[in-house]
This record gives sequence, structure tokens and C-alpha cells, in this order.
Amino acid sequence: MKKIYLPRDAAAKALGSDEVAAALADALSARGEEAQIIRNGSRGMIWLEPLVEIEENGTRFAYGPIAADQVEDLLAGKIKTLGPVEEIPFFAKQNRLTFARCGLIDPLNLADYGAHGGLTGLARAAAMSAADIVAEVIASGLRGRGGAGFPTGIKWKTVSEAAGPQKYIVCNADEGDSGTFADRMIMEGDPFCLIEGMAIAGLATGATRGFVYIRSEYPDAIEVMEEAVNIARAEGVLGADVLGSGKAFDLEIRVGAGAYVCGEETSLLNSLEGKRGVVRAKPPLPALEGFMGRPTVVNNVLSLATIPVIFEKGAAHYASFGLGRSKGTMPIQIAGNVARGGLFETAFGMPLGELVNDIAGGTATGCPVKAVQVGGPLGAYMPPSKFDTPFAYEEFDGQGGLIGHAGVVVFDDSADMVQMARFAMEFCAVESCGKCTPCRIGARRGVETIDRIAAGDATAIPLLTDLCETMKDGSLCALGGFTPYPVMSALQNFPDEFRATPANQAAE
Amino acid sequence: MPRDHSDTNNQDITAIVMRHLGMEGPLLPMLHALQEEFGYIPEGARPIICDALNITGAELHGVISFYHDFRTTPSALHSLKICRAEACQAVGGNALSDRILAMLGLDWGQARADGKLVVEPVYCLGLCACAPAAMFDGKLIGRASEEKISKTLSEVGL
Repeated sequence: MKKIYLPRDAAAKALGSDEVAAALADALSARGEEAQIIRNGSRGMIWLEPLVEIEENGTRFAYGPIAADQVEDLLAGKIKTLGPVEEIPFFAKQNRLTFARCGLIDPLNLADYGAHGGLTGLARAAAMSAADIVAEVIASGLRGRGGAGFPTGIKWKTVSEAAGPQKYIVCNADEGDSGTFADRMIMEGDPFCLIEGMAIAGLATGATRGFVYIRSEYPDAIEVMEEAVNIARAEGVLGADVLGSGKAFDLEIRVGAGAYVCGEETSLLNSLEGKRGVVRAKPPLPALEGFMGRPTVVNNVLSLATIPVIFEKGAAHYASFGLGRSKGTMPIQIAGNVARGGLFETAFGMPLGELVNDIAGGTATGCPVKAVQVGGPLGAYMPPSKFDTPFAYEEFDGQGGLIGHAGVVVFDDSADMVQMARFAMEFCAVESCGKCTPCRIGARRGVETIDRIAAGDATAIPLLTDLCETMKDGSLCALGGFTPYPVMSALQNFPDEFRATPANQAAE
Repeated sequence: MPRDHSDTNNQDITAIVMRHLGMEGPLLPMLHALQEEFGYIPEGARPIICDALNITGAELHGVISFYHDFRTTPSALHSLKICRAEACQAVGGNALSDRILAMLGLDWGQARADGKLVVEPVYCLGLCACAPAAMFDGKLIGRASEEKISKTLSEVGL
């Protein structure tokens, strides 16, 4: 039977894919044609969504963006194809390891998952000792994809060697950073991949229980993950005897309640325990005293979803990609004011400018790029003069930035950098958990200080700099500690805007 | 859509609370379930939860008031959420929300006089590559515009 693929991904839905699916079903029956409509994940080329793929002789031809009222023409062959989907330059230039199956398969079809390499890694891990599993992850060079970049294998080793009556694997799916959507996409497009990664983490550490903490703003991801967990349990991927290994691992989906700070691992653990999502001081590390005070692995969705391919293809294969200490690939999310927005998975090391100008095609408005915020609300604004910075952990750090969860938000020349700096402080004030003073009070004073600058009081600039230093050094977690990145990068890279305020202009 | 619970009774609340007691860290799932059922966390649920979990009223209040999602009063019938985060700002999100609020004559979080609609800010819906983003009840709107949002509102007679 003819196969037609149309994403069920939230971004595709937001652009009308459900309406297109309904129109397709109607049009097919009106034409008396039989075809199977498969609701896949997104291929990540969001500017082409809703992207319809029609399979012909084993090749999937892409059409997009398709609106519901174009469906008749599409079936009548009146719409020109974009070519085989995997030959579209944006797609062809990627190294898809973590996202290899996303958009390719029916996300909730376990057989389809297995036919495309799924569960191979788990089967291999199940035959290995816990120490060997940990050694494989260390050898892969995988670092925490949530932003901190801590070596995943080392974290697992700590939990593996810790004693405790019960250990846990907690997946941080509280993806709150603006400009990031990779966690959402993989949960909606390849949920078994995350489940498989968590099961391997369980085997490695002796943890038999897991949680996926998903933010409430992601209803589609929650729905797909819940269904996938039920299927995995029914098929013996989860449960008392994982893939016949004799070892147990099971997991639950938990839903956040609209607090950005719960993306910080210790406040996430408090939230999971049913407390206020307040940050905990470290030490003790969650690896030793995490959920319910017991040894706990807390990993980002992307870290865990990358585990299966490491075990399927071997640590050496994964580590052969990348730059310096940034091994492997990163699913970079290109967003904001861009011609071609979406998910682009590539080996670490691509210069930022190539991503913005060549891959994303510059701004959607056609105006010059003014700044690019990398790493979410806590990431620095990088001006075009820093576009030769390779996309990797240490390289960005060296330029006063961070890659965070690899969200890239592009702004054109209409961006008001003073207002963007103010927004960073305002956001921190709204979302601060309130535990430490530099963040709770500092963010409010930061808003007021930037307002003074905006009103023309240039004497407030050193005060803002000083406040940022205090927040950076004195905050308990990355919320207060990293809010100075966007603020100071805006001030340092666009100093004229902070001085070209109404009062100054009047004086000239 | 929460059903009408003008006759809210303690049996309903107790049943929901009890259903979650076997979980590890049951409080958030419990509060979500109560809000799903009643549209908000009823005052009457508090002593029942405190008893069941052996926590104080102050601790429970601390949790309920910490999270943006939990409401303690009935909400408007429909909610429109507009993203205020950076990626949406990069493509005119602020101007869009200003125009929508002006069109409706509302401020952030202020329910319409007839109690049928409230417009709330949201920080990121994960639709950053098709911004600006909005969500009306459960329905996501990508590349949101005044026209798209007006059309969505008019479909339910708002």
C-alpha cells in the first residue's frame, strides 16, 4: 500500500498538520485511493512543516509546507516535490546519530524501532557487566547535553559505585530554555530511544526505577511518552526482566508545573519529591544523595537518548565525531528570526557563522543579523564578529559564552539589546526559586538598574557590572549565576546602545 | 474541560488523593489531578491532602503557591497563552501580544468580564523555529498572527 508520512510533532501540528491529515484522509477516500497515513516525528526542517512525504519505490519524496487546501492538488500530482527528503541540503549536511530515527519511523511502532537499529544497544548492554557499560560511556566522551557538559560516564560511575537500597535514573525533560526544542522533538518522534537509554543507565548503575520529568508546556510529548512507556512495558523492554536479561527497570512519566527553575537538577528532584522546586546546595551530589536522598543519575533527555547509538555502533564510532574535548554530535536548534529554522544535528566544531548564514540562511526578514543568543535565556548574545567560534563547549567558554542546550536564537538589526538585557533580568526575577539572595534580590535590582540606564543614567553601568559579578559568584545555581551572561554580553558587545539613551542623545 | 463542581464534595477529593498515595513523591501528580478535575485546587482539598501525606498546611501552601500552573480560584473558561520568550521576541512576539491584549481590552492574567477568556504569558512552548507561538486551550498555534489568533477565538464564539 502507498505510504504517506505526515508529522505528529507539536511544531507540525501548530502549523496545521492535523488539519492536513484529516484533509488527506477525506481526499483519499473521495478518490477511492488506498494509502496508509503514518504520523511520524518531524525531520526537523520546521520551515517546511507541515512536511508531507510520499513513498514511491522505496524513496520518500518531500512536499512542503502543505496546507489542508492543497491536499487535492498534492494527490493529483500537481505540486512539485522538494526531492527525496534525505537529499534536501539542510538534511543531507547533518550527521544524525541521536536523531537517526526521528521523522523516519512511526514513533509508537516498536517493531519499526527495532527494524531501524533500536534495542540493539540495550541487547548489547544487557550482556555486559555494569562496569563495562560505564567504561563504554566514558570512552564515548559523551558529556551532559543539558548544558553543564559534565562527562556522563563519570556521573554513572559515581552512582554505580554508591551504596543504597534503591537507586534512580531521572531524566530531565524540563526543557524550558527559549530556542530549544530537541528534547520535545525526540520524545515526540522517537520515544523508545529515550526509554532504551534510560534502561541502559539502569543496567549500568543498578537503578531499577526511573522518572521522566516533562514540563507541562509539552502536552504532546507527555502523551507520546506515556503511550511509549506502556508499549515498552507490555513488550518486555521495561519491567521485571528487561529484554530477558533477568534485570529489572521500570519508569514513570511525571509532569512539571510551570517552573523554569525545575530544569536545574536539584530543584527538579525536590519537585519530583513533591516539594517546592527550590535549589539544593551541593554537595551532597545528586549522584550520592538525589531523589529521596538516594543515589540518582540525573541526565538530560539528549544525553540519555544518545546512549543507544553509542552501544549500537560502539564508543569509538561516536567519539570519532567532534572537536577536542567535545566528542560526538550535537542536535543544534536554530530558531528565532531565521530563514530556515529547525533541528540540525552535526559533529561539534562547526563555526557559528556557518550555522547562522549558510545552514539557516540568515534572517527571515532579510535584514542583517545583529546578534545570536546561544544556550537559552542564560546564554550570551554573540555578535557577528564572533561568528568564527566553533560550536563546542570549551571554544564557546573561551568567548564568554556557553552552548547550553544548543539553542541558537537569531535576531536581526531591529533587536533592542538594552531591552533584551532587561528581559534576562526580568525573567530571572520571575523564575527565581528565592533560595539565594543574589538571584532573588539581584534580578530585581538588575531590572531597576537597566531601567536607569535606559533612561539615560550612564553612571548606573558600573553598578550593573558589579551586580552581575555578585550574581555570577554568589548564586547557588545557573539561574542566578548565568543570567549575567546575556546581560554582560549585551553590554560588552553593544556598548553604544547602553550609552545612546534618550538623555545622552538630548545632550548631543 | 473541567466539569461543573458547584456541588464539590469531599468524597471526590478523597478519591483523587487516595488514588495517588502509592506513588513516590505523590504531591504534584495529586495536585495536577485535582486541578484537572475541578479546574483549580479547592480549599477543601487542603486538609485532606495534609492528613494523607502527613504534611502541614504551610508546607502544602508553599508547594501550591510555588508553581505557576496551580490555581486556587476557578479560572476563566478558555485560556490563550502567548509566548514571551526570546525566540518569539526575535520575530515580533512582543508587538503581537500588545496588539492581542489591546484588541481584547485585557491585561496579562486579567479575565474578561464575562469570565470566558484569560490571556496569560508563557515562557517557551518549544515552537521556537516557527515563532511567535501561542496556545489556545490545548491547541498550539505556530507563526501566530493577529489573524490566526482572531480566527481561533471566533471559532468558539469569543
